[in-house]
Amino acid sequence: MIYLDNSATTKPHPEVLKSFQQVSETFFANPSSIHQFGGEAEKLLMKAREQVAQLLHVDSGEIIFTSGGTEGNNTALKGIALQHHERGKHIITTEIEHPSVLETCQSLEKLGFEVTYLPVNQNGVVSITDVKEAIRNDTILITVMHVNNELGSIQPVEEIGQIAKQYPKLMFHVDDVQGLGKLPLQLAESGIDLCTMSGHKIHGVKGTGILYVNKHVRLFPLIHGGNQEHAVRSGTENLAGAVSLAKALRLIMVKQKNDATKLYKLNKYLRSELGKLNGVIINTPEQAAPHIINFSVPGLKPEVLIHMLGEQEIYISTKSACSSKLTDESKILAACDLDKARTTSALRISISYDTTMEELATFVKTLDNAIKQLKEVLE
Amino acid sequence: MEFDHLLIRYGEMALKGKNIKQFIVKLQENIQQKLHDYPKVKVKRTQGRMFVQLNGQDPEPIIAKCKQIFGIQSLSLAIKVENEEQQIKDAALYALVNSNDVKTFKVSVKRIDKNFPIRSQQMNQVIGGHLLSNTSGYTVDVHHPDLEIKVEIRTEATYITSSVVPGLGGLPVGTSGKTLLMLSGGIDSPVAGYLAMKRGVEIEAIHFHSPPFTSERAKQKVLDLASKLTEYGNSVKVHVIPFTKLQQHIFREMPDGYAMTIMRRMMFRISQMLCERENILSITTGESLGQVASQTMESMHAINEVTSLPVLRPLIAMDKNDIIQISRRINTYDISIRPYEDCCTIFVPKSPKTRPSREKVNYFEGQMDVTEMLHEAVQNSETVRMTGKLDTMQEFDGLL
Repeated sequence: MIYLDNSATTKPHPEVLKSFQQVSETFFANPSSIHQFGGEAEKLLMKAREQVAQLLHVDSGEIIFTSGGTEGNNTALKGIALQHHERGKHIITTEIEHPSVLETCQSLEKLGFEVTYLPVNQNGVVSITDVKEAIRNDTILITVMHVNNELGSIQPVEEIGQIAKQYPKLMFHVDDVQGLGKLPLQLAESGIDLCTMSGHKIHGVKGTGILYVNKHVRLFPLIHGGNQEHAVRSGTENLAGAVSLAKALRLIMVKQKNDATKLYKLNKYLRSELGKLNGVIINTPEQAAPHIINFSVPGLKPEVLIHMLGEQEIYISTKSACSSKLTDESKILAACDLDKARTTSALRISISYDTTMEELATFVKTLDNAIKQLKEVLE
Repeated sequence: MEFDHLLIRYGEMALKGKNIKQFIVKLQENIQQKLHDYPKVKVKRTQGRMFVQLNGQDPEPIIAKCKQIFGIQSLSLAIKVENEEQQIKDAALYALVNSNDVKTFKVSVKRIDKNFPIRSQQMNQVIGGHLLSNTSGYTVDVHHPDLEIKVEIRTEATYITSSVVPGLGGLPVGTSGKTLLMLSGGIDSPVAGYLAMKRGVEIEAIHFHSPPFTSERAKQKVLDLASKLTEYGNSVKVHVIPFTKLQQHIFREMPDGYAMTIMRRMMFRISQMLCERENILSITTGESLGQVASQTMESMHAINEVTSLPVLRPLIAMDKNDIIQISRRINTYDISIRPYEDCCTIFVPKSPKTRPSREKVNYFEGQMDVTEMLHEAVQNSETVRMTGKLDTMQEFDGLL
C-alpha cells in the first residue's frame, strides 16, 4: 500500500497507540475523582498538559484538550463570538478556510454577526493589506488558517499576528491543523490568541486535539458541565487521548527538527516528476508547505483517477476529506481564480515523514499509465 | 547579516564595587545553566557586559528564558561586527529596517575603544546620515525616538543593538546564601519564595504533610509549586515533613484557642532543626501582616519566640491583591487554587486566638513533651529534588 493522503489523516504511530492502550488499562480512573486512583489519573493528565505546553513554549494553563480540529475551531470562533458580542459583531476570515471555520462563520451570521471573507491571490494567499483594511471598530476576531489543507499554501499568520497585536480588543485565531509538525509557528507573544491543532494529523489517534488559548483570552464554553479543561470544555477528560497526543506531539516535533529537509526533498522530487507528465498542471505554489501538492489533470474526472490508483493500493484524494463528498469543483481552487477545467479536476497528494522516494516513483508511474489509459478511452 | 548576540545588562549588581566579579560569575553560571538545552549557545563576559552568542539559534526562546533570570536588568538583540565604518553602517541599517512600527530613530554611539578613528559625536552623524540616505519615511528624533540604535565600539568588536527587553532585575540567585521556605499549598508562600530569590537567595522548601488527612494531591501541589520556582533558579529541594502525629497530639492536648499558635511554633522548631541539619541560615514565610489569625503582631511575636534564625517575610506589607498579581505572573496561581485540603486547613480551631500571649503559650506547651515527636518528624522527612524538567516523569515512563 502506498498511502499519500496524510492531510486527511495519518497512520497512528505504534508508540502512540501503545501509550493510548496502556493509559486506558492502567489509569482508567476519572481524573476528577477525589480518591488516590483519581489523583494518579489527574497527575498524569497534568503531566501530559505540561509536556504539550513545553513543546509549544506556552503555559500549561493555555492548553485545552479537545476532540480535534473541528471542535477546536468551533470552540474558538463561537467562544469568542458569544463571549464578546457586546464589543462588536464583526469577524474577518478568508475564502479558503476549512469547512469547520467557514460553516461556523455562516452559522454566526445567522445569529447577527457580520463576516468578511477575504479573497486570496492565484497562489492561494491572502493579502496583508486586505486584512488591515478589513479591520473595523467592531471587529472582534480574525481567523486565518496557517497552511491550506487542499493547496498547501502558507498564510502570513505571523504578520497578521503583528497587526492583531495593535488592537487589544481584537482576537486572532489560527487554524494550524495542517501546519503542525511541518512548519514552525511561534505562539507565545506572537499576537496569536488561539490556535487549533489536531492529533490525527500528526500520527495521533482520532478524536484528540489541542486548542491553545492565550491566558488573557476569555471564551464562552460550548460545553458546560463539570468545569474540566479550565471550564472551557467540560466533560470527563479523555485521558488516554490527551496522553497519547502529548506523545504524538513530542515525536512529530523531533521529526520536524531532524527530518525537515526530507519532506522538502520528497516534495522537490514529486514536483519535478509530476511536471514532466503530459496533461498535469501543478496548482500548489512554489512557496508552500512541503507535505501537500495539489495538481489538476484537466479533462479527467478526479474520482475516476482515484479509483484507478486505488486498485493498485495507492491512496490519494481530491480535496479536503471534509468536503470531498460534496461537489466536484474545488471551492479553494475556484477562490484562487483558476479556470473551471482545473478546479474540477484537482487531486491532492499529501506525504508524511514516513513516505519514501520509491513510493513516490511508483505513484508517478502508475498515475502516468492511468492518465494515458483514460485519455485513450476518452479521445 | 543577522542579530547573532544577546547583550545582557546588569542592574543593581553594577554597584557592587570590589565584589562585582563574584556576582557576574554567578550570573554567567546561572545563564549557562538555564540555556543548557542549547549547547551551541555560548555565554561570554567582557568588561562591563555579558554576551550570549546565539550561533544560529532562534533568539526568541532564548530571550524568553533569559527573562526569567534574576540579575539581568535588560537585554537586547545585538549584531557583532568588526570595528570598521562600513560594517557598522550596514549593521545599523539592518537594525533599523528590521524593527516594526518605527518612524523616528536616534543613533547613540559609545566609543569605548579610543583607537577607533571617528569620535562618538561625529560617528552619530555618520551613521544617522547613512540611515537617512538609504531609507525613506524615517526621521531623526533625539528626544523621543521610536527606536534608539545603540552602537558600542569596544576593543574586541562593535555591537549594534536596538530594542531593549526588560529583565527581572534583582540579584543572581546564589549570591545571597540559602533560605528555608515554608511552602504550603497556598497563594502566598510561593510568591514569598520568588521574592526571596529575587534578592539572590537560593531556596530549599519545607512542607508539612498530614496523611491520611491530606492527600497525595496536596503534596503534589506543593511539589508543582516548587517546580515552578525552579524556573527562576536551579533545582529546589523540598523537605516533606510527616506532621500527622504531632498535629493530632497538639489538637487533642492543647486548648482550642491556642492550638494554632502552638502548631505554628512546632513548624518553626522543625524548620530550625532542618536548617541546622542542612546548614541554612534563615527561614522564609509567606506571612502578610493582618491577613489571618496567625499573622497578627501578637501572634507573630508568640510564634517567632522559638527560633533564633532570621525569619524573612517578603510579603509582610503587601496586600492580597498585589500578592495574587505576582502569583499570576509567575504562574503559581493556577496551582495554588487547586482545591485540596492541606494541614493548615484541616485542623482549624473554631476561634483561634488572634492575640495570644507568650506566657500562656509557654505555660500550655510546658504541659506536654514533644521533643521526641519533633526529632521523629525531622528524621522521617522525605526530600524531593525538583529540577523543573517534568519532575517525577519516570513514574509515567513511556506513556508520554
